[in-house]
Amino acid sequence: MSTTTTEELPATTLLRFATAGSVDDGKSTLVGRLLHDSKSVLADQLEAVRRASAGRGQDSPDLALLTDGLRAEREQGITIDVAYRYFATPRRRFILADTPGHVQYTRNMVTGASTAELTVILVDARNGVVEQTRRHAAIAALLRVPHVVLAVNKMDLVGHRESVFAAIAEEFTAYATELGIPEVTAIPISALHGDNVVEPSATMDWYGGPTVLEHLETVPVSHDLAHCHARLPVQYVIRPQTAEHPDYRGYAGQIAAGTFRVGDEVTVLPSGRTTRISGIDLLGRPVDVAWTPQSVTVLLEDDLDVSRGDLIVPSKDAPATTQDVEATVCHLADQPLTVGHRVLLKHGTRTVKAIVKDIPSRLTLDDLSLHPHPGRLVANDIGRVKIRTAEPLPADSYADSRRTGSFILIDPSDGATLTAGMVGESFASPEPVKDTADDDGWDF
Amino acid sequence: MTTVAEVTGGGRAANSPYSLSHLDALESEAVHIFREVAGEFENPVLLFSGGKDSIVMLHLALKAFAPAAVPFPLLHVDTGHNFPEVLAYRDRTVARHNLRLHIASVQDYIDRGVLKERPDGTRNPLQTLPLTEKIRSERFDAVFGGGRRDEEKARAKERVFSLRDEFSQWDPRRQRPELWNLYNGRHAPGEHVRVFPLSNWTELDVWQYIAREGIELPEIYFAHEREVFLRNGMWLTAGDWGGPKEGERVEKRLVRYRTVGDMSCTGAVDSDADTVEKVIAEIAASRLTERGATRADDKLSEAAMEDRKREGYF
Repeated sequence: MSTTTTEELPATTLLRFATAGSVDDGKSTLVGRLLHDSKSVLADQLEAVRRASAGRGQDSPDLALLTDGLRAEREQGITIDVAYRYFATPRRRFILADTPGHVQYTRNMVTGASTAELTVILVDARNGVVEQTRRHAAIAALLRVPHVVLAVNKMDLVGHRESVFAAIAEEFTAYATELGIPEVTAIPISALHGDNVVEPSATMDWYGGPTVLEHLETVPVSHDLAHCHARLPVQYVIRPQTAEHPDYRGYAGQIAAGTFRVGDEVTVLPSGRTTRISGIDLLGRPVDVAWTPQSVTVLLEDDLDVSRGDLIVPSKDAPATTQDVEATVCHLADQPLTVGHRVLLKHGTRTVKAIVKDIPSRLTLDDLSLHPHPGRLVANDIGRVKIRTAEPLPADSYADSRRTGSFILIDPSDGATLTAGMVGESFASPEPVKDTADDDGWDF
Repeated sequence: MTTVAEVTGGGRAANSPYSLSHLDALESEAVHIFREVAGEFENPVLLFSGGKDSIVMLHLALKAFAPAAVPFPLLHVDTGHNFPEVLAYRDRTVARHNLRLHIASVQDYIDRGVLKERPDGTRNPLQTLPLTEKIRSERFDAVFGGGRRDEEKARAKERVFSLRDEFSQWDPRRQRPELWNLYNGRHAPGEHVRVFPLSNWTELDVWQYIAREGIELPEIYFAHEREVFLRNGMWLTAGDWGGPKEGERVEKRLVRYRTVGDMSCTGAVDSDADTVEKVIAEIAASRLTERGATRADDKLSEAAMEDRKREGYF
């Protein structure tokens, strides 16, 4: 997909967002509509869609075809993975993680949501909030996606009635609040006809809020970094050892959270040695202050033994290190995760050996019921795990820091990415779960 | 920062003291990817064609490791149908930054009889074998490519770290999920990982970044007079590689290239954009994707790129 826009340049900031919803909800049509109506679809792409639609005997171009990727998918009429789309308006550049909504693809939604600042959850106005909607909301809550949009689609099929929209929006918002989702914006749309996607609807004058695109353009993307824990995982040590730079020793990394300033007293974990920042090099330009997600090279006053995998933090705000990690995980791989499983755990830039000590519970996303001691997690399962690491890890709670509170588990034998993990409590609010061993209706 | 930076969105976004412009965000992400690979792999290499995407990749690599040298060599897969301006640019760049350059030559494979020239003279599909054999013989374990997800449908699902088996094959169903910015570079002996630092960049981002950073490009990216002929709706440069054929008329036109590849299948577009700023304005108004406009090999079939990727193409 291409991204050029005919509007004036420049796009200023970048918004990463994800969509969740099934083919039946009209998600592909919504995404196609966003790309088409924001003029991000170019003539040759539209021509290809026209040809393909005509080949299938359809009268008008099927915008859903814009987002169909691989031939394997087209032949089977399915979407098998996260696809990334790019478009721009004069106000913003967008990266869309387009994830399929089928039950068995929880892992794809988790993947797409992991980097998203916003998630669009689609519902069919005729069906309202269904199990799948609750599952999507739960994933957005688990992954701590800061902004959630509820797009109530197919309003044309319910006579564009405000009462239908209001009831769905109210039910969803109540559920989202229970999950600890901080912000929900509900928008009534018709993706097929374009109402409230890019252009305001001519038929729903009772709705005074933004269109989907207007909301995407204006939602704030950065939060108050001054109150975040500052974290710099060291990726690489830069030592030119040249005549020009005989003693240069810089610690390169992407700031994972917060801000760093020259003069800050910092501690290097896990060694615990303390020094001060003597300089920050922002890709060739010395700066006094740098913040996430900038890639920088930090110079320290003292000659400490710092290497890849270490974490530089403010001395007054260092995380506790631990070898016992409790986390909510989404299992991704086809081979199950079991108690006693020996794995590699990658956290920041550090990879350590670890063992799965316990799997206290599995969570059913449809109704948030807990199933104690499942013994194992299979692909697309969400569960709680206790992990013992071979070395201490400076892990934050995921609620405090998405970058330094997350990790992946890797199979040491074949290198497969097994599991995605989030340290600490699952949801922001006190867990609204009912404890039950009843497996009925569990269908992952 | 220059004046260009303000014009093209390179400056800091004004709505928050801690926000980044989209170019700064993309640059930071790409630098993070380069440093992850340098930190985790034994023997990376950067694919360098002299095209704008590989030039931007190299620029990012230089920034990622400065003031130290780039800690890996370049690899050029040479189809033998090169634009002379691009080869000159390549050699100039290698010399200026004191880089090491490997070359995998399609012509060698044809001369040795291992590869056969295609009837249409197109050599892009022939690059796969020299590339994969060079990766094996040099034991490269990470190969940086300039592929962008916005280029083509099959690329939209590509990972930043793309695992390839010992035959360099890509299996979309075997790709690892990528969450947060935690890349998994584990691979078995003989396997390697293709790494795409520009995954999230678009053609316009690349040009805006070139303008902001003042990056030099080969001259053929800018409007110039050239002897060309029309084939399959594209302006191709006349040359030893096999054009024009009978009935194809050579004429002099004002053109530029949007992509740089094998001369036999990379088309020029009519253009009077002779500066970076004019190119950006032209792209912003364009109604065709760059591959749609200039690559004959992608028109071969609807799933052309998917097929070539599976076989080990870039």
